[in-house]
Amino acid sequence: MSDLTSAGTAVGGGPVGGDGPVPNQPATGGKERSASLWADARRQLMRDPVFVIAFLYILVVGSMAAFPWLWTSQDPRDCNTNRSRLSPSAEHLFGTDILGCDYYAHAIYGARPSMVIALMATVAIVVVGGLLGLLAGYHGGWVDTIISRVMDIFFSLPFLLGAIVFLTVIKRQNIWTISLVLFLLAWPTIARIIRGSVISSKDLDYVHAAKAVGARNSRVMFRHILPNAIAPMLVYATIVLGSFVAAEATLTFLGVGLQPPAQSWGIMISAHQVYFLEDPWLLLFPCGLLVGTVLSFILMGDALRDALDPKFR
Amino acid sequence: MGRYVIRRLLQFIPTVLGTMFLLHYITSLAIQFSGNPVRALFGDRTPPPALLQAITERLGYGDPCLDRRGDPCLWRAAEGGGGWLGTGYEPGLFFDRLSGVFFHFDFGVNLRERAVTDLVADAIPFTFKLLLIAIVFEAVVGIAAGVWAGLRGGSFADNLVKISTVFIISVPIFVLGVVVREFVGVKFGNVLRGQDWIPDLISVGVFTPGFKPDYPFASLIIPGMVLGAVSLATTARLTRTSIMENIRADYVRTAKAKGLTNKRVIGVHTLRNSLIPVITFLGVDIGAAMAGAVVTETIFNVPGIGRLVTMSARTGESSVVIGVVTMLVLVVLLANLLVDLLYAVLDPRIRYE
Repeated sequence: MSDLTSAGTAVGGGPVGGDGPVPNQPATGGKERSASLWADARRQLMRDPVFVIAFLYILVVGSMAAFPWLWTSQDPRDCNTNRSRLSPSAEHLFGTDILGCDYYAHAIYGARPSMVIALMATVAIVVVGGLLGLLAGYHGGWVDTIISRVMDIFFSLPFLLGAIVFLTVIKRQNIWTISLVLFLLAWPTIARIIRGSVISSKDLDYVHAAKAVGARNSRVMFRHILPNAIAPMLVYATIVLGSFVAAEATLTFLGVGLQPPAQSWGIMISAHQVYFLEDPWLLLFPCGLLVGTVLSFILMGDALRDALDPKFR
Repeated sequence: MGRYVIRRLLQFIPTVLGTMFLLHYITSLAIQFSGNPVRALFGDRTPPPALLQAITERLGYGDPCLDRRGDPCLWRAAEGGGGWLGTGYEPGLFFDRLSGVFFHFDFGVNLRERAVTDLVADAIPFTFKLLLIAIVFEAVVGIAAGVWAGLRGGSFADNLVKISTVFIISVPIFVLGVVVREFVGVKFGNVLRGQDWIPDLISVGVFTPGFKPDYPFASLIIPGMVLGAVSLATTARLTRTSIMENIRADYVRTAKAKGLTNKRVIGVHTLRNSLIPVITFLGVDIGAAMAGAVVTETIFNVPGIGRLVTMSARTGESSVVIGVVTMLVLVVLLANLLVDLLYAVLDPRIRYE
């Protein structure tokens, strides 16, 4: 999926400054700029209107996914073909769909599968990809060779093609299998990012100092090296959440993702594309929600990258 | 450079084998965990066991290792007992598929026993035209927009390109395709078709909601542009960044100082160096475009490889999907190899040793 590759190139800016302070360090007085990287970043982000708007939008969509009953009191499965394809009105904010179900409720409940899939797959790639990248970058040598070769192999399988093959053959197309295939095909990117920033920070003085005082490998990795690699990982994870939302909808649209009794934006778009001329809102509402979500994640990622990179200050 | 080329070619072999194994293992695991994919063809009905058996054998799902969960299907117990080098085992399903692909050019058959290679041969001209339009569109427009924005950093043009690229990146290609088809192909096309003075080639051929066999090239222009639009944004951004980097380089200042015209400074001195990463991206993008073609061809009903994949996926003909995707992956790997080699030729700074 080209979304993923573009997100990858967008992030390729390299790791943040090697000798940034350890996060959550309490601000010590005395100097003029004494706050940690993260406090600085937070201040800058809160002043950035684009980030704030995108963040609020994600909060709204997130709350739709987590607590749909807060947003609508109607049941999306309460359908009546007598009211098929009604225009938007006070009673039905988004009108009704072809089967006469309330479209607004469908849109609210449709947020959940996309967000759950994106979140599960992203957590999985961060944990697994991050760990493998850390191991490869820290140990080098044959560990690095093996992990890098495996990453190369996964890279050469185009995302959408791999997902279509897997989902066609497995036939069970539900939240779990879709998350699994997104994870399987996307973890190498994050591993490569982490590997790069680990390699660039593992020869720094404080790492040698930690080793000299006898810190174990795991302590050096997680306490001293990982905090430096977290910033680019966070940026990529934010952007990849957006690409996963888009990927889920794309797979569903192609007919290999979630199947119709389920509710999702991809199903709304693919089921109603033929009614566009008479009732364009049937297509425009889900498209708008979907594009807004993806856009917000990408803008948040961009703002995060600018805020976390000391070179831009 | 010679050593680099040889090393890259040698690396190519394990990458191809590894990717083929990955594809093979993913599909085998899926079959092992969800049962015989042939059953999906019958829906709710229960097929006669003999028929099921026959179709399973014919489509190549008959190997017993597909019943053992987690088995990578690399080796199987030899029937005669001796096996390969006397180990009692002989090469299994994976090696059968490999030799089928590489020695017999056999990518499997569909339900009617037509070879996947035949199906692809019928479909490939359409996909090829579509990809050509997409790549030309994204290269020309993307590089032009990138140069325009890069030369005037921080200006209106720069911001316009920046904002529009973010928008294009965040619109999934199928949303873009469906909206363009309905707005441009149907609504705007209907307006054009109502006017008598517009030639049919434009009103019926170009602005069409779907592929028309009467206009094999014209009716692919809009689908091709949709396909190119997503990578267009990345191309423009990449060109912009690399122009901005190079415009400050010493040799550009020298060229300006010795009084060359602006056209020559930009066109020859700056652009040539700035385009190296862009060309690499365009090459790598062929793979992404092939995946994107699956979506675009489905939306615009183009009878190419992409629609072949979706239609087979929807009807559950997994043997066709596996065969076509294997073929596409090999093409992508080959394209990546060529890009890497081209990179070494284009950029004299690269001396991989």
